[in-house]
Amino acid sequence: MDPLRQSPSPSSSRASSPRTLPCEMLGYVGIEAVLDQLKIKAMKMGFEFNIMVVGQSGLGKSTMVNTLFKSKMCKSTMPGLGVPTPQTLQLQSVTHVIEESGVKLKLTVTDTPGFGDQINNDKCWDPILGYISEQYEKYLQEEILITRQRHIPDTRVHCCVYFVPPTGHCLRPLDIEFLQRLCRTVNVVPVIARADSLTIEEREAFRHRIQENLKTHGIEVYPQKCFDEDINDKILNSKIRERIPFAVVGADREHIVNGRCVLGRKTKWGIIEVENMAHCEFPLLRDLLIRSHLQDLKDITHNVHYENYRIFRLNESHVLPRGPGWVNLAPAPASVPAPAGPQASPGPPKVCWWAKDNSDEEC
Amino acid sequence: MSSEVARHLQKKENTRSLAMSGHVGFESLPDQLVNRSIQQGFCFNILCVGETGIGKSTLIDTLFNTNFEDHESSHFYPHVRLKAQTYELQESNVRLKLTIVNTVGFGDQINKEESYQPIVDYIDAQFEAYLQEELKIKRSLFNYHDSRIHVCLYFISPTGHSLKTLDLLTMKSLDSKVNIIPVIAKADAISKTELQKFKIKIMSELVSNGVQIYQFPTDDETIAKINASMNGHLPFAVVGSMDEVKVGNKMVKARQYPWGIVQVENENHCDFVKLREMLICTNMEDLRDETHTRHYELYRRRKLEEMGLTDMGPENKPLSLQETYEAKRHEFYGERQRKEEEMKQLFVQRVKEKEAVLKEAERELQAKFEHLKRVHQEEKLRLEEKRRLLEEEIIAFSKKKATSEIYQNQPFMTPGGNVRKDKDRKNSSFM
Repeated sequence: MDPLRQSPSPSSSRASSPRTLPCEMLGYVGIEAVLDQLKIKAMKMGFEFNIMVVGQSGLGKSTMVNTLFKSKMCKSTMPGLGVPTPQTLQLQSVTHVIEESGVKLKLTVTDTPGFGDQINNDKCWDPILGYISEQYEKYLQEEILITRQRHIPDTRVHCCVYFVPPTGHCLRPLDIEFLQRLCRTVNVVPVIARADSLTIEEREAFRHRIQENLKTHGIEVYPQKCFDEDINDKILNSKIRERIPFAVVGADREHIVNGRCVLGRKTKWGIIEVENMAHCEFPLLRDLLIRSHLQDLKDITHNVHYENYRIFRLNESHVLPRGPGWVNLAPAPASVPAPAGPQASPGPPKVCWWAKDNSDEEC
Repeated sequence: MSSEVARHLQKKENTRSLAMSGHVGFESLPDQLVNRSIQQGFCFNILCVGETGIGKSTLIDTLFNTNFEDHESSHFYPHVRLKAQTYELQESNVRLKLTIVNTVGFGDQINKEESYQPIVDYIDAQFEAYLQEELKIKRSLFNYHDSRIHVCLYFISPTGHSLKTLDLLTMKSLDSKVNIIPVIAKADAISKTELQKFKIKIMSELVSNGVQIYQFPTDDETIAKINASMNGHLPFAVVGSMDEVKVGNKMVKARQYPWGIVQVENENHCDFVKLREMLICTNMEDLRDETHTRHYELYRRRKLEEMGLTDMGPENKPLSLQETYEAKRHEFYGERQRKEEEMKQLFVQRVKEKEAVLKEAERELQAKFEHLKRVHQEEKLRLEEKRRLLEEEIIAFSKKKATSEIYQNQPFMTPGGNVRKDKDRKNSSFM
């Protein structure tokens, strides 16, 4: 929009921002009250958050989710209770609404029992990628309706927590394959599961090896370096990136330690306190996911991953052959493969991150 | 409890509330949201519609406590134009990109039939620009400068009687596109009793003509009461002034008359404080929300339906927007292909014609050349002939000359004296 526009006409090419004149206000006007208005609106609407936990069975995924949200979100499966491990990967989602200090959060947890449990785990990531794409598809279909809803329900996966088994060596081929594919469509936070089986030194060495592995294979986990907007973000996120993957322990039983009631795992040689930074890094994970970066996770999912999916979907029809009178009226395929399919070479493709490279200016 | 989340809950079966056994920490979520908004900055666009000289620029200056523009506009514009100017304001940590759009020349023309159309076109143009951005394949909505008008302040002149026809027509054409807040300008020209009657008359006229003005929202408990009471004070009677006058022992913004001082921020004198409160402090976010979720969606729906896209295809099966778009695109490509063929053929034909014409010209030229060459040859032969004749004549003449000289020399074989005399006599007869 050009200033001093003479005649109103739909402009075909828009400048990114009009020329603005900075102005000094001579007194208090009350503009900052808009922040309160925002808060009121947000509290009224409530928040949504969708998290997916991926990892082999027995790594403590369900327990971790229960510990994160301090409630019985998922039924943690105990070994030896006669429940057979599923033969194929199934995705189970549960949704709960939790409230704290007037803030309502609609939380959806998607569990992936059966991941990596079979003898041949080839393409075991396809159902997961399909599920993620399905959620994007649902949102896209809602968005391109003519009469659309006031608030489109958001079921897109905002964060995927990947549980790495505590072998102490390095990432396994299954992990690498999966992470490569997944980090292009969703925010991935890898964690070292059951970290109570590693000593502190082993933990640090394992962490370094994993970080090197991630770098070698070009896997960008959350928080992604290319989305740091200003120097504060960089500093904060660098600190987090140094500690990724977090070594976590999950527990949903309470024990008495020194007169306090804490969540922990009781063993013969001591009680591992979950919230104690000296014992494990669970507080870091919880702070990252909930207290400081939840909105950021949602933003990146919406502005980057969803947009990439949308570009891919809307461009699909260009690729298909066109003959005279041929019209593609086929519905979207049931499980759309990830944009960078298994044939694509690994490494962060330039096109996917372009959207955030012109990083945020004032709107 | 009227929350969107609860409504969604009722739709889904497998969601239920869960009690937590400890402090998780997501109460910081609204703060995270607010921090992100602070980083991005806010954007607010105001459209001021009113006659020239009614006090639009002054009121905006007073509202935001700055001096935006100095010069007054002329009354002699032939058409209504919209002038937009963007300013960056900052208050503590909130950055606001404020765009003021003024109607220049509104109500000045003798024939006002075309007055409100430019305004409607401008508003539609902003919606169109946003829609274009939204429909792009590679779009960047999060750093898009939103130029859609969030609120329209309609300035009513303080006649004290009723609304003018132009006012009614303009507001009627704008009410489905933008949030309208009517204000009575230069309210210090009306007395209190007249003002009350005027307000009632205006509101009843608006209602009877079916004009939908913006109602301050009353669904949130914290602001419902104040909004409801403000709704009863519409339209606000405002006075704008950036001049400061000493009243008591402080300087206030006011207008000084010989018979008194009208203070802008005094609630007894005018409704300026109410307007500022409602517009900026309480409802800015709601105005932006309404623009996006109601007016823009309405525009979008109408526009897409105009293009022939529907949600339900034939046989009432839900047809996705993309599929109809695809179908239309193929149609368009087929059409374009056909046109291309046509043009190609036309072009080939024209080329052929031109070629024929050029060939003809070439032939003519060639014939002319031959003709000229022949003429030249003939000329040359003739000249050669003439030259030969001439040379023959020269030879004949020189022969004659030689013979006559021989004849001359012969009688000169006599004794010499006579020769000379005869010679002289001959010579003198020559000279």
